[in-house]
Amino acid sequence: MSKDNEILEQFTSKEYEHGWNIDLEADQAPKGLSEEIIHFISAKKEEPQWLLDWRLKAYRAWTKMEEPDWANVKFPKINYQDIIYYSAPKQKVKPKSLDEIDPELLDTFKKLGISLEEQKRLTGVAVDAVLDSVSVATTFKDKLGELGIIFCSFSEAVKEHPELVKKYLGSVVPQGDNYFSALNSAVFTDGSFCYIPKGVRCPMELSTYFRINAANTGQFERTLIVAEEGSYVSYLEGCTAPQRDENQLHAAVVEIYVQKDAEVKYSTVQNWYPGDKNGKGGIYNFVTKRGICAGDNAKLSWTQVETGSSVTWKYPSCILKGDNSTGEFYSVAVTNNMQQADTGTKMIHIGKNTKSRIVSKGVSAGKSQNSYRGQVKVMKRAEGARNFSQCDSLLMGDQCGAHTFPYIDVENKSAQVEHEATTSKIGEDQIFYCTQRGIDEESAIALIVNGYCKEVLNQLPMEFAVEAQKLLALTLEGSVG
Amino acid sequence: MSEILKETSLEDKFITHFNELESRINGESKSAFHDIRKEALESFKTLGLPDKRNEEYKYTPVQRVLKKNFDFGVVGEQATLSADEIRDNYIPGLKTNTLVFINGVFSEKHSEIISKDIIIKDFNLALKENKEDIETYLAKYADYKEDAFVALNTALAENGSFIKLENNKVIEEPIALYFINDAKSKEVHSQPRNLFIAGKSSQASFIEVFKTTGEQASFTNVVTEVVVNENAHIDYFKIQNNENTSYHVGTTHVWQDRSSYFAGYTFTLSGALVRNNLNIIIDGEGCESHMFGLYLLNGSTHVDNHTAVDHRKPNSFSNELYKGILEDQSHGVFNGKVYVRQIAQKTNAFQSNKNILLSNEAIINTKPQLEIWADDVKCSHGCTTGQLDEEALFYLQSRGVGKERARVLLLYAYAAEILENIKLDPLKDYLEGLVSERLHKNF
Repeated sequence: MSKDNEILEQFTSKEYEHGWNIDLEADQAPKGLSEEIIHFISAKKEEPQWLLDWRLKAYRAWTKMEEPDWANVKFPKINYQDIIYYSAPKQKVKPKSLDEIDPELLDTFKKLGISLEEQKRLTGVAVDAVLDSVSVATTFKDKLGELGIIFCSFSEAVKEHPELVKKYLGSVVPQGDNYFSALNSAVFTDGSFCYIPKGVRCPMELSTYFRINAANTGQFERTLIVAEEGSYVSYLEGCTAPQRDENQLHAAVVEIYVQKDAEVKYSTVQNWYPGDKNGKGGIYNFVTKRGICAGDNAKLSWTQVETGSSVTWKYPSCILKGDNSTGEFYSVAVTNNMQQADTGTKMIHIGKNTKSRIVSKGVSAGKSQNSYRGQVKVMKRAEGARNFSQCDSLLMGDQCGAHTFPYIDVENKSAQVEHEATTSKIGEDQIFYCTQRGIDEESAIALIVNGYCKEVLNQLPMEFAVEAQKLLALTLEGSVG
Repeated sequence: MSEILKETSLEDKFITHFNELESRINGESKSAFHDIRKEALESFKTLGLPDKRNEEYKYTPVQRVLKKNFDFGVVGEQATLSADEIRDNYIPGLKTNTLVFINGVFSEKHSEIISKDIIIKDFNLALKENKEDIETYLAKYADYKEDAFVALNTALAENGSFIKLENNKVIEEPIALYFINDAKSKEVHSQPRNLFIAGKSSQASFIEVFKTTGEQASFTNVVTEVVVNENAHIDYFKIQNNENTSYHVGTTHVWQDRSSYFAGYTFTLSGALVRNNLNIIIDGEGCESHMFGLYLLNGSTHVDNHTAVDHRKPNSFSNELYKGILEDQSHGVFNGKVYVRQIAQKTNAFQSNKNILLSNEAIINTKPQLEIWADDVKCSHGCTTGQLDEEALFYLQSRGVGKERARVLLLYAYAAEILENIKLDPLKDYLEGLVSERLHKNF
């Protein structure tokens, strides 16, 4: 028992690795939210009138909405007037190449392990780095441009491809969809835009790295991915934030539009600052992610590894509209200390013979609360729809909780829907088996948890799988159940 | 009905019923229980009848349905049922202690107690005579502060039954309660309240049968509290084989002390709208709880089963299996909750809900829910929605069984998984007959 406690103690006192911050001169808006601020953001970004109107519409919708309270999380009320909605690293001129970027900025990303320069030279991953609210660098643009792939920051897309942005922005997540998406629609400052033309298979992984640096700011980025007929793209997203005592709000929106025969794979490794072990500080991660399989045979796959954030509220969803389209959701959510996560997915089956698969693995330790909340809806016309859901929870320590809230709504008789869930701790017999084979207890736990999460980790692209595995090992080090 | 009355909300009408009750019982309006009634009424006023926005009643907006079909203008109803009409509802071949309630009111004339040394009373009488038990157990578990229907029932509680088994008492003959609504001439509504207390190491079976005769609408809002003391063994059956004009909201609250056994069986074969709540609190170590449910729905029947098991002490076991067959425009709802408190280590809890949809108009909404705060547990839930196995159907056809027969056979086999758990043979035969008849006729 004492050893357990000791190890647990060790583990819970583990410091957040990305907790540093760099003093970057930033260009900020005053605190608070009002129509003036939206005008200010829009003007700063030199946006066209239609986008300003679009934002204002979202803002007006937001003012009429109430913050949702149905999620299984508790946190003090957010004062939306106490947040800085625009913060950009000060940069005199727009950089043409990486050499012109503020070296301190490059350092920031180097610390994160994503040296933009190195990335460019060594790996085949195109990165769009977003610091606070603004995209600072995008690599591999020219090479992708040859194939007709557009991968750039959102503000650039607004300027250079307004017709595409206008067509798809809000097509999957409308402004008034929910409280946080409305807020995001009103004040989003940047993000990534990605367009894969017809029949093109994107030759490299596209990646966005988000970092909150400045204090008191909220991060509201918006990602829009459009995959035209027959195209393919794999997209990665990663995030970190400095260690601060106050809570910071991150309310992002990700929209994915998948046309006929196209496939999009979206992977996230989320490692926002989770707060200290008493639950002080940390990021509120309230994200709306949704994709639509608009055409036949389209495929959309979400993979997420959630280890950070003090409060997570996130439901990556698939609308399966096209016939024979497929939606997938693979998730590992690890919570520790005072973290709270309410995450899951929605699979809306509209087209015929649509298939979906949900694999959710929750691990809770410390005093954390981990909830799976998901919906599988089979509409009347979704002939032959098929769903399989599995959500398992692993509990470590007797202070944490694991909860499952699946909603299954079926309106078609030919649908086959299965759901299964289990909750347990790591079996003593499993640990015993390992130890009697000469594997020490800690390695045994790492081994078992890794095996437990394997199904999900296998879905990640190689570069991310390594990072995710490291993260998991770090988070679970020494946590004897 | 005059325009003015129509505009009165349902809540107001029930409040009128309460005032009427209060004036009638003026001698006891000072009793401790009447204070609870008043409290329950207050909470009913605050809660209001649930609509769609209430998560617990999301798929079953009872308020709308009640508004559409009921007037609730009159309080009591005179019944005109003959003894034969009542006897028709009895379970054949089963020797029971029989209690008959007509429109919610205990009818001594039709009731018969055959077991000895058992306290079976009209609820009203128990309020006066068994003050101690009433104060200890009544309205302790059925939470009238959370659920509007429980609050309503508590506020209007005066009819129903009080049954008490002394310690070590084993009753061989089951206790059958027939709730018969007479809706021949007018709409009818009843709010029976039952309290069953099983003493230490006692054993008994309870059967509640709900039935409506007549063409008019009927509404029942029943609350049953079951106290299962140490080492007691209780089987509890709820059988709903009703007209398609009958609306039912029923709540059963069970409290289990250590080493006790409780099995609840809910059979819903027909009705207009049925909502069943089954809540079990496991408040002792080494308990065993089972919940079985079967619903066969056709037409536009709407059935909503909500169950909740609250593991408050370690080393207990709970198991749940609910199965449904849905045809035509029927609508099925299932919500199963399992709570395992932090202290309830070494709990094993299993839950399963299976559904067969036979028509594209039928809808099933299911939500199996686990909330777990203890780590040394084994909990699982599963839920499936699908149709009959094509291969099994083909196999039977290839053996010369006609398609229709094969279908019924498979459906029956599917339902039998629930039926075979019944240990009372005559009851099992009776239900098997009912299910088989329904499957042949309607599916």
